[in-house]
This record gives sequence, C-alpha cells and structure tokens, in this order.
Amino acid sequence: MGETHLAEGPPSFSDLGGQGAEVVLSIRVARARLRLMRVRARRLQLRYVTDWGWKQLIVLSSISAFLILLLIAVFTVREGLPAFAKVGLWRLLSGTAWDVAESEFGILPMILGSIFVTLGALVMGVPLGVGCAVFLAEVAPRRARDLLRPAIELLVGIPSVVYGLVGMLVLVPLVGKLGGSGDSVLAASIVLSVMVLPTITTISEDSIRAVPQAYREGSLALGATHWQTVWRVVLPAARSGIVASIILGMGRAIGETMAMIMVIGNSIIIPTSPLSPARTLTGTLALELKYAAGLHWNALFATGAVLFVFILVLNSLALIVHRRAVAR
Amino acid sequence: MHRTFRKTLLGAALVLLSTGALLSAFACSGGASTPATEVGELSGTINEAGSTSVQPLAEKLANAFMQEHPKVTVNISGGGSSAGVKAVAAGTVNIGAASRDIKLTENDIIPIAIARDGVAVAVHPSNPVSELGLEQVAAIYAGAITNWSEVGGNDKEIVVVSREEGSGTRECFEEGVTKPYGKKIKPDALFYDSNGAVRSKVSSESRAIGYLSFGYIEGVKALTLEGVEPTVENCLSGDYPVLRRLYLLVKETPSGAVKEFIDFCRSEEGQQIAEEEGYIPLAK
Repeated sequence: MGETHLAEGPPSFSDLGGQGAEVVLSIRVARARLRLMRVRARRLQLRYVTDWGWKQLIVLSSISAFLILLLIAVFTVREGLPAFAKVGLWRLLSGTAWDVAESEFGILPMILGSIFVTLGALVMGVPLGVGCAVFLAEVAPRRARDLLRPAIELLVGIPSVVYGLVGMLVLVPLVGKLGGSGDSVLAASIVLSVMVLPTITTISEDSIRAVPQAYREGSLALGATHWQTVWRVVLPAARSGIVASIILGMGRAIGETMAMIMVIGNSIIIPTSPLSPARTLTGTLALELKYAAGLHWNALFATGAVLFVFILVLNSLALIVHRRAVAR
Repeated sequence: MHRTFRKTLLGAALVLLSTGALLSAFACSGGASTPATEVGELSGTINEAGSTSVQPLAEKLANAFMQEHPKVTVNISGGGSSAGVKAVAAGTVNIGAASRDIKLTENDIIPIAIARDGVAVAVHPSNPVSELGLEQVAAIYAGAITNWSEVGGNDKEIVVVSREEGSGTRECFEEGVTKPYGKKIKPDALFYDSNGAVRSKVSSESRAIGYLSFGYIEGVKALTLEGVEPTVENCLSGDYPVLRRLYLLVKETPSGAVKEFIDFCRSEEGQQIAEEEGYIPLAK
C-alpha cells in the first residue's frame, strides 16, 4: 500500500491516517540506507581509483627502469655506430693495435685483458668464497657466523677506489718484487678476488642452506664423515646456486673499473704472463673517454657496446642456470 | 577485458608523458645559468668545466675573482679537454677549458689563452740520472732504450709511465719529444689517467720515468732536457722544448661576468697567480 503513495510523491498524514507515522519512519530508514549505500559506493570508487593509481605508479617505476636501460643501450650503440661502420666489427674485435693517431682501433688486447683478469680473480676468489660459504653454513658456530657474515657483506660497501688505493700502495710494490713493475694482471686479479668474495660467499651460503636437512642426515646415517657429506652430498646439491654466484661475481669482475685502472698498468698489450701489465675494456673507457673526440669517441662507445654484450651474455647465463635450478 | 586494456593503455600513455617531461626537465636543468648583465655591481653564476691540467689554475683564479666580486659565483669542474669543448658547444657551461688546440673535427668555439704550461720529464728522486737528450727520451718511450745503464744510470730496467690517449699533456709531450724523432710511445708502457697518478707512480717507483705538467712537480725529479733546465725562465725565453698553451673556451664573444672573469685571468694579477701556481705566464 505504501508503493502507490511513494510513486505519487511524499506521503502526508491526512492520506495515511493512523499508520502515517510508521510509514514515514520506514521511509526515513530506507533513505538513510540509500545514503549509506551511496557513500559506500563512493568510497568503493575511491578505492578503485587509488588502487588504479598505485598500479600505474608501480608500472611507471618498472617501465622507467626498463626505459633507462634501453636509453643507455641505444645511446651506446648509436655513438659507437660510426666506429663499427668505419673500422668494421671484425677488425675492431680482432685488431691488436690501438693507435688513435693512425685510426687503428683494435680491442683484442682489452678483451683478453678483461678475460684474463676475471679468470685470475675467479681462480683465487671461487675457492675462497665457496670455502667461506661452506664454513658459514656447515661448520661455524652461530656466534662466529653472526660476526663473519656481516663482515663479509661489508666488503661490498667499500668503494672500489679504496680497493684500488690499497692495491696501488700495498699490493703493487709487493708484486713488483716478483719481477716487472708491479702493475700487473696478478695484482689486479688479487684485488678483484677480494671484491667478488661477498657476492660468491653470500649467494653460495644461501644455496647451501637451502639443501634439505634430510640429505645430510641420510649421508651421515650411511656412515659418511662430515667432510664427505659436505663434499659429496651438500655441494653437489647446491651446485646451481654456487654456479650462479660465480657467474654474478664474474659480472662484477668484468665491470669493475676504478680499482683496475689503479693496479693494472693499462698497457695496450696482450698479457703473456701474470706479471705483465694489461688493460681492461672498462679501463679503456674510463681512461680515454674524457679526452676523446671524433672517431676515437665512437670507437670507445663501440668498446662500451662490446662490454654491454659481454655482461648481457653473462647475466643471461646466470639467469638460465638459476631457472634450471628452480625447475629442478 | 576491453576496459582493463584501455586503462593500461591510458596508464602507459601517462608513463610515457611523465618520462618525457622528466627527460626534458633534465635536458633543461643542464642549461647554462644566465650570465650577469652589466648593471651596477657584477653578479651571477659562471660555470666552467674541462681540462684537468687547467683545473688547479682555474680554481685559484676563480677564488681570487670571487673575492673581488662577492656577488659572482664561479664553479670549476674537471672532465677533460674534450668534455670542455663539448660542454661549451652544447651550452651546458659558460666557459670550457682545454689544455690542447681545438681540432678541426670539433665544434667551432673561441679559445682564449690564459697561461702556458711546460711538460716536465721526471724520474724518482733517487735516480742518478738528471739530464737526458730529447732523442734519448724519445728512444726510451719508443722502447729502443730499456735499461737505465744505457743513459748513464744504474743497471735497472726502465719502467716507462705515460698518459692515456687523448690527454693534452701527452699530446704536448708527443709534439715536443717523440714526433720530431719519428717515434711513438710503446703500447706496453704503463698508462695513467691524470698528472697526479703519474706523479705518485714516479715518486714511488725507483725505476720509473714519466712526464707531467709543471704544476705537479713535487716529490719527483724533473730532468734537464737538451741541457735546458725545466724552469719558468727557460720557458719564458722559449728555450725549454716542451711547452703548450692552456685555454678557456667560449661559444660566442663573451660579455658580462664571463668577460670580466676572462679579462681577470689574462690581467697582470691573473698572470701573477698562474706563475705562483707553477704555470708559465703568457708572453707579453
């Protein structure tokens, strides 16, 4: 009966007689409910808008990270293109002479320099880093671990110029006693091996810790010693994580610049012994970019592009190894 | 589905727009601040960037200039000669600095000489050798002479220290020493990227030979070349064989504070400062 009145307009006491007050009340309740629903709906809309806003913000930050990478890549290749065109990719990659006056731009000595120094760093850094990781994860008492792990992680925070300085003032004269001037692949490798230590140690330790306890228990139950368990069971099980840590450390080693310039001598030769000086790809860029002009400038950016590809390949390798580990 | 897609598209457009705005803001913020106009007291900001050989001198000159004109701020930064040329041409700084001549392949800008600089050939203080002929130095750098005993020193291998390709100091050294004898610096020399780094290597390695700007001779022994001692007098007279000019660079005919600063550098007072810093004043 209320419906008809509602359709005609607001009800009045004369129409409704004794029931009027009750009806008015129920209409008020209905209106209040409606208002509440509207407010809720508005709030809901607001929630959607904020939600949408946050989403866009996050999209923005991730896209800008990607855009920055893209910008750097495009810029490097664009600036390097004239060198690729004039010198030629093969001559650039295989040439052994870097003589700006003669427009000779061969970066083979630098490529080999980078590779040798990185290999040297890994030869020293991997046993040290993985050994550290095994100690932290399997051997060390809790208190020693609480002290050691932050200490090793702190190594990351030391600026590379400080590594370079210590290397230049302490290590280079020491290496010089073995022969040569001291600025050498060996000195650079030693400095780098310390710099990649935290990367290798922390990631390896995490992957060793991730090996199920049951593996160790099973091995020990079969009568294997602690050492045999670590060597034959735990390390193989953590292999992919350790390999990924080594590859990441390698990326850091190839990219290192400042410390390298200070201890490697920067000679443009293919190093023939650990005591021979050498030059790295990054070192060439850092040394010459600020004074370069013309084709020299382009050649340096071409060197940068080659370095870019190097690092890209290394990181993809790390990713693949990691994916395989996860899949397993 | 369709709506989400449109929303994402809208979002992407937003992102692109803001990135563009950000980038253009970056591009603008690098722009040179307006040089002061010549009304009453000189004021404004001058930004200078470029050669590291000029940097110590420019800093001293800027300090003296700012004391005379307290309302002017002069910012000096390094970056290298090529960076100085590029920055001036692009208008990101008011003044550039170069320790070498402007190449034909570079932008057309105006170089203004503010001082001259000698390049000294230096050895470790304990080295008995204190005099070399230019041809001997050229032969050492080319790798034809590899032992100190060949030039009257101890029986020790020579550790050759050089600067990186493109350095203004290296260019001056090559023009004055190696090129006249048709020699080239051997690629297995040690290469460092600053006068300071060459100095620290030569002062800590008893077998080393290096070359550096006159402003950096300290803790090393500068050699007498062809019988001419590396002194300011010998440079002024033109007898010393390895000399170069240091330049400030401007894009167009300077005015206002920039002009005042450049005039100050070339003034009697500015040249005095240059001499105190170990550089060679301009020829009158």
